[in-house]
Parts: sequence; structure tokens; C-alpha cells
Amino acid sequence: MRKPSFTTVMLIVGLLFLYLPMVILVIYSFNSSRLVTVWAGFSGRWYIELFRDRQILAAVWTSLRIAFFSASMAVCLGTLAAFVMTRFSRFRGKTVLSSMVTAPLVMPEVITGLSLLLLFVHMAQMVGWPADRGMVTIWIAHTTFCSAYVAVVVASRLREVDLSIEEAAMDLGAGPVKTFFHITLPVISPALAAGWLLAFTLSLDDLVIASFVSGPGATTLPMVVFSSVRLGVSPKINALATLIILAVSLATFLAWYFMRRNEAKRRQAMLQDMTAGR
Amino acid sequence: MSDNRIRLRRLFKPCRGWVIAVPLLWLTLFFLLPFGIVLKISLSEAAISVPPYSAIFDYGRETLNIVLTFSNYLFLTTDTLYIAAYWGSVKIALLATVLCLLLGYPMAYAMARAPMRWQLVLLLLVMLPSWTSFLIRVYAWMGILSNNGLINNTLIWLGWIDSPIRMLNTNFAVILGIVYAYLPFMVLPLYANLTRLDTSLLEAASDLGSRKLNTFFTVTLPLSKGGIIAGSMLVFIPAVGEYVIPELLGGPNTVMIGKVLWEEFFHNRDWPVASALAMVMLAILIIPIALFHRYQSRELEE
Repeated sequence: MRKPSFTTVMLIVGLLFLYLPMVILVIYSFNSSRLVTVWAGFSGRWYIELFRDRQILAAVWTSLRIAFFSASMAVCLGTLAAFVMTRFSRFRGKTVLSSMVTAPLVMPEVITGLSLLLLFVHMAQMVGWPADRGMVTIWIAHTTFCSAYVAVVVASRLREVDLSIEEAAMDLGAGPVKTFFHITLPVISPALAAGWLLAFTLSLDDLVIASFVSGPGATTLPMVVFSSVRLGVSPKINALATLIILAVSLATFLAWYFMRRNEAKRRQAMLQDMTAGR
Repeated sequence: MSDNRIRLRRLFKPCRGWVIAVPLLWLTLFFLLPFGIVLKISLSEAAISVPPYSAIFDYGRETLNIVLTFSNYLFLTTDTLYIAAYWGSVKIALLATVLCLLLGYPMAYAMARAPMRWQLVLLLLVMLPSWTSFLIRVYAWMGILSNNGLINNTLIWLGWIDSPIRMLNTNFAVILGIVYAYLPFMVLPLYANLTRLDTSLLEAASDLGSRKLNTFFTVTLPLSKGGIIAGSMLVFIPAVGEYVIPELLGGPNTVMIGKVLWEEFFHNRDWPVASALAMVMLAILIIPIALFHRYQSRELEE
């Protein structure tokens, strides 16, 4: 047997490092003891308790709604921004726009959260809106930073797409709007789906920004988890973590399966074309 | 430039303005403008009112009075806590970034060299943890590192130690947490960069008798500079302002600026000092952010 290379060993070590803590989390969610660190037998009681916890369930529903609307809006804004950056020639404000698209990717959350809260407080004083903070202010905050991520995902797809198809459509008399909706949009739709999913998970996951811009009316899931986790380890959170990991793994597997199937189909079609053409 | 290209531009003209305006306005209003407001409030005085700061602009007797207070910034220099927090954050973030790079680079390299059909699977495997919950991944380490946690219990059971080693609530735990949470963001740009690497250059180097390690340091490493910068900035910049990790894994000795800002804002309700803290943090990070921007915009526009 060939000796594995140094980098292969490091890849395996890195993957173990990434997954072992999550595996441990999942195992201890089935522990019947309240002490998370002592194994006392297999039990599903923490899942039952989790589904009886009204506070957590309400927070899940709030978070899901915010994430859905944030991701949808972020896809619209992010796609426009990506289109402008990849398809338009230089214009005034392009540098500003591209900075505002890349900066949120790295901006520390405490800065973004604080600055948005101060904006909302100011707006409330000047124009009387938003009168109180809650789901709408969280939605605006999440849309803003998520659209930057969507823009990056969509722009990388737009760069790959052959411009000549769009040009051909226009040569044949399609207007720019029609070309966009009939040619460009279908071609970049996988990137739109990926961007939407990424924005959805980012919004679901955010604690810091939401804590700043939220009001008493809206408590998201990360806020509930954080206040519970601060007090120490709790098996109910392990059960919740297991369900989140399961959902994400399932979604990733499905995405991988469809990508692979499409790839196989394309290869099949190409092979058929080649044999037919001979 | 082809005729078509020019016609394409002309056809786009009417809706061009709108397409540009919508994202530009949204981001200006909700991303750029707020920084101006933070700057303004950092120059005002704390007051017991709602909201808890004094007005800078004041219309009195038909004159506009502008009162700017630099006391918040002066205050930051007088209290050693703040300087220690900035220094501590930069130190911890830097160390975590280097460790992330040392682990992430070989990982990305192995992924880029893996057989084509494996690459997507490996990429998804590395990215999957980052799509679950950040908070929960940090929480996972609390159960592993605590005094009666998995590591200490195992070591005691093996008889290697008698009393638990203190690992949770230390700077070590914070650095470990940052490396763990941000590793996927280091690997992703490195992998993207290394897959584009022209392998014929490596063959040429080896044909000319260069040893593997030598080729790596003279060809591969310099060519992947862009990926190294992007990955490092994606880890370093957010890590400097990190709040959740020092709060959950850090101890009393961990002073990081994100945590100090949070406490200034939520516990002391001193909005002007919190704003000044944010402004100084932004000033420290502006060069790293500009570096990241330069790399990222080249990625986006070319």
C-alpha cells in the first residue's frame, strides 16, 4: 500500500477535528442523565422535553419566518448587485457598491449590530419609523448582510455564463428585461437557489446582530439557545443541535444528489451526441 | 469590443439606472449611513435619557450649536482595560488565524489534488459544519473542555492525571473555538485558489529537477497568495470583534474588545463609549478590510 501523503493525513485530521465535537454532541443528546458529561443510558426524553418547550418552539417559528423573508429579499438585492458588478461597465459609485458588497462579509458582527441599532433609533426620532423594534428591524438587518453573500455566490456564476447567449437573444429582438428573465435567470437559477439557502442558514444562525436590533417583541432561536447555554450545558440543547445537524446534512445530501444526477445526465447526453455525430 | 457588446450596453440603458439604484440605495442606507451615526454618537455625551446620549446639534436663539465631545476617545486611553482588550483581541485573532492557516492550507491542498469525483464531496464535507449553527458548534466545546468534561474524564479514567486540567474558560479554549468555528472559511478560498493553479507549472518545475518541497515554496505558495490573504482576512477580521466565543469559552482573563463593547452597551448602557469602541475597532481593521476588498473585487469583476 502506498503511504498517504502529508496533506492527505492533514485533510483527514481536519475533517475529524470538524466532525468529532458534533458527533459527541449528537451522542450525548440521547443520554438519559441531566449531567451531559456522564453517560447514564440511552433515552429520548430530551427530545420530548424539547417539543414541550413552548418558548423554544415559538422562537423557532419566529426565526424561520425572519429567515424566509430575509433570504428572499437578499436574493433579489444580491442578484441585482451581482448583475451590476459583472455586466455593467464602469459607472460612478461602482467602487462604493463593490466595497459595500464585500465589507459585510468580514465586518465584525458587534459593529454591524451596533451601527444598525443606532440607525433605527435615529430614524425613529427623525421620521417616527420604526416605532418599535422587532421582526421588521431584524429582517432589514439580515437582508443587508445576507445580500452581500448572495451577491458573491451569484456573481461567480454570472462570470462563468457565456455572454454570447444573451447577445444572441438580443440580436433576435428580445429586450433587455425579456432577455434577463428568459435567458439569464434560468441559467443562473442554481446559484440563486444556493444563495437563498446560504442566506436562510445565515439568518437562522445570527445571534449578535439580532440581539442588537431586536426589541422585546421578537426573540429568535439563537437568543433562546444563548441564554440557556450561558448557564451551562443542557441536554435539551443537545437534542436541538442534533435536529439542526440532521436537517442540514439531509439538505446537503439532497443538493449533492441532484448535482451529481444532473452531471451524469449531461455526460450521458454528451456521449449520445458524440456517438450520433460519428 | 464587438458591435454586439456595444448594442447590449445601449439596450440596457433605460433600466440600467434602476438596476444600479436599488442595491446601491439599500446598502447605503443600511450599511454605510449607520457608520456615520456611530461616529456622531461617539462624539456625544452619555446622558440619562431615552436614547441615552446628548444631542450634538442644538438650535437655540436662531443659532446652530454643535457640541462635539472627544472625551469618549480620551476615556478609552485612560482606562487600561480598553487598551488591553484591543491588544488581547488582535493577539488572539492573529494566533487563531495562523493556526487556521497551518491546518487549512494542507487540507485545501489535498482537496485540490484529490480525484475530480471526490472534490465536490470533500468541499461539501468541509462546508457543512458552517451551515449548521455557529452557537451550537461553540457550545459543543463546553461539554468537551469543562472540568468534568469528556477530555478530563477520559484522562482521569486512564489514570494519566489525578485532578482535572482547567481548559474551559481560558484563552486556549477561545483560540481553539475560533479555529474550529472559522476553519471552513479558511479552506474555501484556499481551495478555490489552488484548483485554478496551473499544474503544468509544477510539472515544468519537476522536469527541471526541482524537489517537491522546493517547488511548493517557490511555485505553489507564491501563486496561492490571493487565497491565503482572503482566507486569513475571513478569519482574522471577524475574530477580532468576536463576542460569542470569548463569552462562552473564555474566562476572567480573556479580555476581548467585542465582549467589552457588548457589556458597555447592554450592561452599562453607555452608548457613546460603545460607539467610540466600535470606531476605534474599525480604524484598526480598515487595512485588513481594504486588503480583503482588493482581493475579493478582483475575484468578482475579472
